[in-house]
Order: sequence, then structure tokens, then C-alpha cells
Amino acid sequence: MTTQVADVEHGHENGHGPATGITRWLFTTNHKDIGTMYLIFSLVMLFIGGSMAFVIRAELFQPGLQLVEPAFFNQMITMHGLIMVFGAVMPAFVGLANWMIPMMIGAPDMALPRLNNLSFWILPFAFTMMMSTLFMDGGGPNFGWTFYAPLSTTYAPPSTTFFILAIHMMGASSIMGAINVVVTIVNMRAPGMTYMKMPMFCWTWLITAFLLIAVMPVLAGVVTMMLMDIHFGTSFFDAGGGGDPVLFQHVFWFFGHPEVYIMILPSFGVVSEVIPTFARKKLFGYHSMVYAIVAIAVLSFVVWAHHMFTVGMPLAGEIFFMYTTMLIAVPTGVKIFNWVSTMFRGSMTFETPMLYAIAFVILFTIGGLSGIMLALAPVDFVYHDTYFVVAHFHYVLVPGAIFGIFAAVYYWLPKWSGKMYDESLAKFHFWVSFIGLNLTFFPMHFVGLAGMPRRIPDYPLQFADFNMIVSIGAFMFGTSQLIFVYVLIKTLRSGEKAPQRPWEGAEGLEWTVPSPAPYHTFATPPKVD
Amino acid sequence: MNVARPLPLVLICVAMFGFGFLLVPLYSVFCEWAGINGKTAGAYQESTTDVKIEDRIVKIQFISNHNANLRWPFKPAEEQVSVKIGERRQVMFVVTNPTNLPVVAQAVPSVSPSEAAPFLHKIECFCFQQQELFAGEKKAMPLVFFIDSDLPEHIKKLTLSYTLFDVTPAVDEKLVQR
Repeated sequence: MTTQVADVEHGHENGHGPATGITRWLFTTNHKDIGTMYLIFSLVMLFIGGSMAFVIRAELFQPGLQLVEPAFFNQMITMHGLIMVFGAVMPAFVGLANWMIPMMIGAPDMALPRLNNLSFWILPFAFTMMMSTLFMDGGGPNFGWTFYAPLSTTYAPPSTTFFILAIHMMGASSIMGAINVVVTIVNMRAPGMTYMKMPMFCWTWLITAFLLIAVMPVLAGVVTMMLMDIHFGTSFFDAGGGGDPVLFQHVFWFFGHPEVYIMILPSFGVVSEVIPTFARKKLFGYHSMVYAIVAIAVLSFVVWAHHMFTVGMPLAGEIFFMYTTMLIAVPTGVKIFNWVSTMFRGSMTFETPMLYAIAFVILFTIGGLSGIMLALAPVDFVYHDTYFVVAHFHYVLVPGAIFGIFAAVYYWLPKWSGKMYDESLAKFHFWVSFIGLNLTFFPMHFVGLAGMPRRIPDYPLQFADFNMIVSIGAFMFGTSQLIFVYVLIKTLRSGEKAPQRPWEGAEGLEWTVPSPAPYHTFATPPKVD
Repeated sequence: MNVARPLPLVLICVAMFGFGFLLVPLYSVFCEWAGINGKTAGAYQESTTDVKIEDRIVKIQFISNHNANLRWPFKPAEEQVSVKIGERRQVMFVVTNPTNLPVVAQAVPSVSPSEAAPFLHKIECFCFQQQELFAGEKKAMPLVFFIDSDLPEHIKKLTLSYTLFDVTPAVDEKLVQR
């Protein structure tokens, strides 16, 4: 597929190695360093957000209030959501984009390396500020990660101003990251790498980046309106002053719905890389995959009010948003069909990345099907704000986004570190995670349908058994991530040396450079035919 | 050939930030145009001399609510009236300020079914202005309205609800700023 570029620029690399000490990480403009920092940051956030989930599930282990105050419980559910969405999932994807996109399209680095450094280094400060609100008077944000007004304006704790600024900073970071990805993909593809030859991961990230550029500013706008309502006497969301609290929900979900696709599209890309490798077949229906992503992205802008079926929308609105939402099942179905068809009659092997990818396809489909149930406006009145919704979005985010990230890490770890991970330990991590995850989120469907509301620290006795199972599953899933950390450490310390192309069926430019990937790759662009 | 530069992308961001704020008026305009959200228009501006009174009778129910932590007595004088289409009718709402401080209140209307909202015309309403109440004052506030002849046939009854908000702190701030 490519010429022997790797050897050519191996010599070129001498004298251009990384700086030493802490300044390497503070001032780096290298896409690999920044990608690594993003990934480590997101792993730390995964554990912080996960320990908050631990608090939530410990409180819900039994009915009654035993461990934490309801006010603190509210802060935990809010921070768990915010940290997992903005701290764990999104930075992990940006980290993967940083590492892989230049290597996949044959570029020497990201197009805007200094911006890249800035967009990473904003994040630790933003999250330090956001988490510091937990120690302030009145506590941290307690209004749920969707921060509906007037809970987040009139009735909000005084620390909300810090929360608003933190959201602004995360938004700025995401926008900069997205601009970088777009400029890199459009301008820096190697000669011969046409759009329709690009790896799927790059395609999904290109679309994701456009979604980010389009909706993160709207999020910035809505938190700015909150700030003005709280401090400058405006009434955007205050009915007494001529505003409308429902307006908040419309503006928020205009951002929020594309945001959920931002959190899943890069995973689609990862799975579209991993499945062909281990099925040893080309991706089935490459073109239809690309069109499906574009269709999903376009549709994501006209479905937002399906999050608000119960606010008292007119019938015409309910019908419009119900049908557009169900329309999204079509391109998503195309993608799932194509993944299954790629596996069909392939010579499949089941290394850890493939296990994660297959689990992704199966479990994401379950999450998608409960999504179709929720999309039906008439029955949504029953499901709204119950644990059924919690089950649905955790089924699309945990085995969707997070398993996608795990698949990517196991798939590319040999390329990043030059070492192979311990396959049996990694499989152990997979199976404990897989069982823990289903034990956690599957029974939530049942308690939700039986009427257990979300975001409440207590529940009636009849939900006790299922909640205990859910909590045990959650402890299992959370603890199993320590195995993941152990696998990572063991790989870096004593992993076997990985060959240039550790996976037999892998294709793509990233496998033409040595493992570990040298500090600078593709200083001379490769030729793609 | 390859033309993506950062600047246009930054401009898209700025434009989308503006679009977020544009959603505020767009939302109001759209709700008004579609007659959804139960919002009634402001004071009826057109001449009412040639409004014809028809025989069709519609029931209007009045509901009064307070915003969350407000405990002021606020009630309609009549809870239900029957009016002919086009007939001009005045009703009163009574509010009491139980505190020993002057307060400012704002009433926000909503009509149900929302489909009827564009056909309820208010000639005069206490909700058009903020209402100042002295300490302990009891005030009867008028509403003058009529129903448009274009009201869909199947609507026989409509509910007009007022929610009362305490806007004293906001008004005080403005006074201080002046």
C-alpha cells in the first residue's frame, strides 16, 4: 500500500527527540505527547467520575437513606454526569484523534500544534475549578448534568458561577481540538489519500469535529444566559421577567442531542477499524458507512425536543420529533448491518480489541432499541425520568463510547508503546467488565419500567432486590477498571516487544511505521495508491 | 486545492454562539406564530367597534397560581364565566400583600388548550404592567377581554391561568442602579 517511508525517516528522527523533564509535557507540540496526555487525563477522570458512581450505588444499595445526605447525593449525580461526559469520554476521543489521525492520513503532526497544546492544558484547570465547587459553601452543582433552569439559576448554589466558567473553558478546549482535526484532515492528507480512501476513524472524527464546532458555541451561549440571569438581572429563563424556563431546555438540547453523537461517532470509527482487522475482510459497504455518519450528523440537529416530550409540547411538535428521531434508526441500522456483514464469513479471531468491538455492536444495539422505545412520544410519558432512561443512555455510552475507547486502546497500544499487552489478563478485564456492565445496567430497565424515578436517593421496598443487583454489578464494573490499569502498567514495564504490524489483518498507514511509533512520523509524506 | 483554514471555522463558532442567543427571539416568534406555548399576545391593538357578537357561547375558566415560594392570596373574583363570541367582558382578580413591606408582582398568563391562545384578545390586563402593592394592600385588578370569532368550532371551554411572580428584588436593583 505504501512505500518504505518508515526507514527513510527513521534516520531523520535523530536529534529531534522529546525534551526531557516536565517541560516536555508542558510545552510539547507533538501530537503523540498531547494524545498521551489526553488519554491519561481521561483515565484519571474515569476513576474520579467512577468513584462518584460508587457513592451513588452504595447509597442505593438498600432502600432508605444511609450513607449520604440527599443534597450531597444530588451533587454526586450531577458531577458524575459532567465528569464522565466532558472529562472522560470527550478527552479520550480527542486523545485518540491526536495519536491516530496524523498517522492514519500520513501527516507529520496536527496542523495547529500550539493550539493543540493549549486545548489540552485548559482541561486540568477547568476540571480543578469544577471539582473545587464541591468544597464551597452551598456545595457544588446539584441540578443534574442537564442543569435545567430555574434549578440552575434561581435555586442554584452560589458556586454555579464557577461551574459556568468551567463549562466555558471545556467548550473552548473542545472547539480548539475540533478546529485542529478539521484543518488537519482537510489539508494534510498524504498524496493519493482521497476522502473516500480515508480510514473510517478519520471520517467519523471529521464529522464529529463539525458537530463540535456547530454546537459547543450554543452550549457556551446557554451558560452565558444563565450567568446573565444570575448576576446581571436578565430574565432569559425567568417567567416573572418575561422569559421562559422551557426555552432553556430547547437551547440546551439543541446542543445536547448532537453532543450525544459527538460521544458515539468516534467509537463507530474505532469499531470500523477493529472489526475488519480481526475478521480479515475489508469493511463491508465503506461508502454507505460514510453516508450513514453524515446522515446521522444532519438528523441530530432536528430531533432535540424528544428529550422534552413531557414539557407540554403541541401534538404537531411531538409527532415531528418522534418521526425524525425514529428516522435516525435507519442510518444506524445501516452501520450495524455493515459491521455484522463484515464479520460474516470472515476468518475471525477474538483478540481483546475484537471482543470489545463485538460487545460494542451487540450492546449498542440494545441501547439503540431502548432508544426507539423512548422515541415513541405516547409511551415516553411513562418512561420519562425513570431508570429506563438511565439504562438506555448508559447502554449507549458505556458499551458504546467507553468500550469503543477500550477497543482502540488495546488495538493501538502496541503501536504507541512498542510492547504487547498480556492477552489473557486483557481478556479477563474484558469479561469482568462485560458481566459487571450488564449486571449494572440491564436490571435498570426493569426497575425503570416499574416506575423507579431517576436522581432520587431513596426508593420503595419493591425495588430493593434489583437495586442490590445493580449495585453489586456497579462495584464489579468499577473495580474491573483497576485490572485495566494493571494491564497498562504491566505492558509498559514488561510487555513483549511488539512488531511493526502486530495484527495480521491490520491495514493502514499507522502499521507502516515501527513500533513504538517514532517521535516524528511521516516527515516525508508517504504515497498512497 | 485544500482550503480549510482555521479562521472560517472560528467564524462558524462565533456565528453559532450568536445563533444560541438568536434562538431566544426565534422561540418567542415561533410560539406566537404557531399559537403554541399558551402565550397570549399583548394588548389588542385593533379597533373593537366592528367586532360582531355571535350567539355561540364559550366558557372561560380562571385559575390563579403562585410561583414556588410565594404565599400571597391571589384569586379570581369569578372562577368561571360564559361569554358570547365577540362580547366584551371584564373580570377581576384580587391579590393581597400579606407582608409589611411594599412589593412588586408580575402575573404571567397561559391559555389551555394552547390552540385557543391566539383567539383570546385582551383589551386591558393587569398582566401588562408590574403591580405595586403597599404593605397589607388588597387590590382588585381588572382584565377586559373578548373571544375572536375565528375560534375553532370544537373549542367550547378554555382555561386562562395566571401565575404570580414576586419581582420585588429585581425592581429594587434597578432602583438602586438609577
